Amino acid sequence: MSTELLQQAAASNQWLAITPELMLGLIALLLLVLELILPKGRHAVIPAVAIVCQAGIAAALAFSFNSAPVTTTVVFNGLLRITPDGQFLRLFFLVCSMLVCLLGTVCLPRQRMPKVEFYHLVLVITAAMMLLAQSNHFVLLFVALETVTVGFYILVSYFRESPLSLEAGLKYLVMGALSSALLLFGIVLLYGVAGNQALPSASADSMNFDHLRDFLAANPGNFLASVGVVLVLAGVAFKIGAVPFQIWIPDVYQGAPTPVTAFLAVASKAAGFAVLLLLTQRVFAPYQSLVVPVLGVMAGATILFGNLAALTQHNVKRLIGLSGVSHAGYLMIGVIAAYREPQAVGAVWFYLSAYLLASFAVFGVMAHVAGRNDADQELEHYANLVREQPFLGAVLAIGLGSLAGIPPLAGFMGKLLIFVGAFKAGLYPLLIVAICGVVVSIYYYFGWIRAAFFPSGLPAEADASAANGAVPARTPVGGWFRVALFALAVGSVLLGFYPGGFGQWLLSR
Amino acid sequence: MNFSFDPLLLAIATPLAVATAILLGLPKRFSIKLAYVGFGVPALVALWCWANFPADSGANYVFFHRYSTGLDSVGITLALGLNGVALPMFVLAGVVGLAAGLYAIQSNAERLKLYLMLLLVMQGGLMGVFASVDIFFFYFFHELALIPTFIMVGMWGGRDRSYAAMKMTIYLTAGAMLSLLGLIAIYVKSGSNGQTFDLIALRQALAADPIRVSTQKNIFGLLLFGFGILVSLWPFHTWAPLGYGAAPSSAAMLHAGVLKKFGLYGLIQVALPLLPEGARDWARVLAYLALGNVLIVGLVAVAQRDLKQMLGYSSVMHMGYAFLGIACFSTVGVGGVVLLMVAHGLSVALLFLLATSIHQRTHTLDMTEMGGLAQKTPVLAAFFVAATFAAIGLPGFANFWGELTIFVALWHYSAWMTAAAVAGVVISAIYGLRSVAAVFFGPSTEALNKVVAAHPVSDLTWREKVPALLLLAVLLFVGFWPKSLSTPLNSTLVASFHQLDAPRLASGR
Repeated sequence: MSTELLQQAAASNQWLAITPELMLGLIALLLLVLELILPKGRHAVIPAVAIVCQAGIAAALAFSFNSAPVTTTVVFNGLLRITPDGQFLRLFFLVCSMLVCLLGTVCLPRQRMPKVEFYHLVLVITAAMMLLAQSNHFVLLFVALETVTVGFYILVSYFRESPLSLEAGLKYLVMGALSSALLLFGIVLLYGVAGNQALPSASADSMNFDHLRDFLAANPGNFLASVGVVLVLAGVAFKIGAVPFQIWIPDVYQGAPTPVTAFLAVASKAAGFAVLLLLTQRVFAPYQSLVVPVLGVMAGATILFGNLAALTQHNVKRLIGLSGVSHAGYLMIGVIAAYREPQAVGAVWFYLSAYLLASFAVFGVMAHVAGRNDADQELEHYANLVREQPFLGAVLAIGLGSLAGIPPLAGFMGKLLIFVGAFKAGLYPLLIVAICGVVVSIYYYFGWIRAAFFPSGLPAEADASAANGAVPARTPVGGWFRVALFALAVGSVLLGFYPGGFGQWLLSR
Repeated sequence: MNFSFDPLLLAIATPLAVATAILLGLPKRFSIKLAYVGFGVPALVALWCWANFPADSGANYVFFHRYSTGLDSVGITLALGLNGVALPMFVLAGVVGLAAGLYAIQSNAERLKLYLMLLLVMQGGLMGVFASVDIFFFYFFHELALIPTFIMVGMWGGRDRSYAAMKMTIYLTAGAMLSLLGLIAIYVKSGSNGQTFDLIALRQALAADPIRVSTQKNIFGLLLFGFGILVSLWPFHTWAPLGYGAAPSSAAMLHAGVLKKFGLYGLIQVALPLLPEGARDWARVLAYLALGNVLIVGLVAVAQRDLKQMLGYSSVMHMGYAFLGIACFSTVGVGGVVLLMVAHGLSVALLFLLATSIHQRTHTLDMTEMGGLAQKTPVLAAFFVAATFAAIGLPGFANFWGELTIFVALWHYSAWMTAAAVAGVVISAIYGLRSVAAVFFGPSTEALNKVVAAHPVSDLTWREKVPALLLLAVLLFVGFWPKSLSTPLNSTLVASFHQLDAPRLASGR
């Protein structure tokens, strides 16, 4: 390798901009190397290495962030755009990834599976998500998105001895391929029409977000461009699970290993929203009159569908998947409101942060209640949880309460901020739908809490089913996991009524 | 930030701190000792505030402090203070909280620690509701107090607890969501230069620049039905008798006695001064619905055989008087409502306490299976008779002044409504006295004789007497010296509710 090239790179200094992503990639490789060189008995240290290294990156990011405010810079010839929002999302994905690894340490040992590849894939996906959130060009966006999606194909069907996991993998593969196709078709249409030199503001590099935006601003109401915009939005809607692209969610969430379900539910959804905000706030901003009605109808339908479909679920993984659909709907309200109220972007980030804390708290509890059959997690398995493991019961209550949006928990603040944004933007019909959705959601969240907390009316029957071994044995909570769950619960409470500097920072940008 | 002595923060923080200590695993013996502190400090602070409250506070808030929670940029700060309207409610919350706490400590409930912890959280929330000057925190503390209610009904409730808890949760969440929407609407419409949740700033901003009348009507409608559901306005009251029938005694005391007043208090403190035109427009609807509370629910109460159900319906019925007082839109009427809220809160808490004590002795709540209890438990009978007289509104008890002033104000509004409302007093006398007769006098039924033979009946113990005496003492004190509350109340109403008594209503439109 010639030193000139290195010098050039150092001089242009652009690689520094993606140091965290590079580090993640290196750590992912390091894990594979460790598996080769460490004796079999010491393999338990590998997830710990993954988590500690990521914590180091997160700390470095947070520190550099604190010492120098991020200024928006464009690097790699307009491929990447480093923004404060992007920094926030980098941290967000890192935290998700650490927690997923932690969940993996509970769920994976129950199966006879190769373990290290799981952590490897999680890290690679995280790096791709970070790039995705900062992309400024459709080429990078598509490549990063595909890296994420391909990683998930493997992760979803990771428990390859379980037919449900394989089925979920296949469904995700088919649906994911369809969504990629839609997205790609949309991109191609936009590329083609924006590259047409006969039209004003046509660009040679029309996949660049800035160029495309200029083109769209100069050609309002162009038919081909409109079709392209809608197709791109449809592709993104698959990722966030918005109606009518939510079909895959219940089956995939149920079949996927619990840590992967959590990863899908939080990080993948957040990545989808990062892309959606990137697109709606910048690229498609000139096409507001098209985007707002499309997203508005989708948001309303998403909230109603998610909540109503979740009402009848008994499998908690399906339940949380469908409730996640409704959360996507609330978040979409924030995205729409952000058109008229830039503050609503902060509300979306706040909501996602609250959603992260609450979801991982709930998934953490789920991982401990689940047995060897990971897809079989029923509400009935939670009977008497609070008596036998009061700590898990308390964490579950806080997590579900936050998801339901009950004060003093963080989820309430998130919903409040979104509603305030929607009110300012005048989205009254959506607000009414959202309020109905919140009331409906109380029923199923409460049903879950009821299963875990309230003494069941039929003790004899419950005992009988326990004797039959229908309820899987619960895993005791390990020390580090206890710390993490405690932190998640405390974070959910604190963010609810004392967001302090974090809230200030999120909302004042 | 100001760190000077803040009695209100002390009253809020002490129960919450004790609850946290219990949650973190304090041994049972210390938990109970500390619980005395947790319930005692708010009551003492409330009485201290009452004693030191200036007679001519006017529109100002006394004991005012403001703290930042990191949400200043969206106009949310923790502002605490009392005015003449808040003071009576704050005292009510302190006194009923102490009584409920003492009764809970002696009750020896199963899982007493958790029970006390939830009750303490509720108590902290209640003190916060009435001390908050910021409507965000006003709402926030209400929800904080509401959540433990659901859990207590679900875990310690009597018959139908699971159904009752679910129904209460859904109804009250719907009410809370509607009122939240209304509060957000006020916030968003509160003027262009910086929106705020701060009630003082809101009053100034809206006095200078009122919201458009049509908007006011819409917002008041949201608040009316949102708060109305929370206060069990007919026909949205069905959760209340069911919930109170199932709730454990202390939870019913705190909810029916204090927390339910949140809606009325919100109408008086927030909706009336900020949305006077909207209130004027809705007054007639409110008055009719309130008559539904008084007459229809009153007659339903007459038909009850279950003692706690009867009390639940009677509490719903008395809320009708309070709504009538608000509907007549005058200083006298609103003042009467505040007095009635205090009086009703004390008397209904006392009745629920005594009903539980009766239940422990008779092992039934069916009034047709009791009788002649006065010979065996004369002290219990005396307390119950006194509480019933108070609830009917006999002179000498605080309720009398509340109802009297409301009737006086109502006469100016509509004569026939006054006649109907006074007829309601007769209804309440019928069911009140009938219940006294059925439970305590006449020959004792065979069913009761069996129970008594199995479990010998003893009179009230001292540990039950103390909370009952406390409630009765305050009830009589306010009854004989209403001036102690009405002077500051009047001063605030006259100074800050000048929109009331505008030329209008004598004709009743």
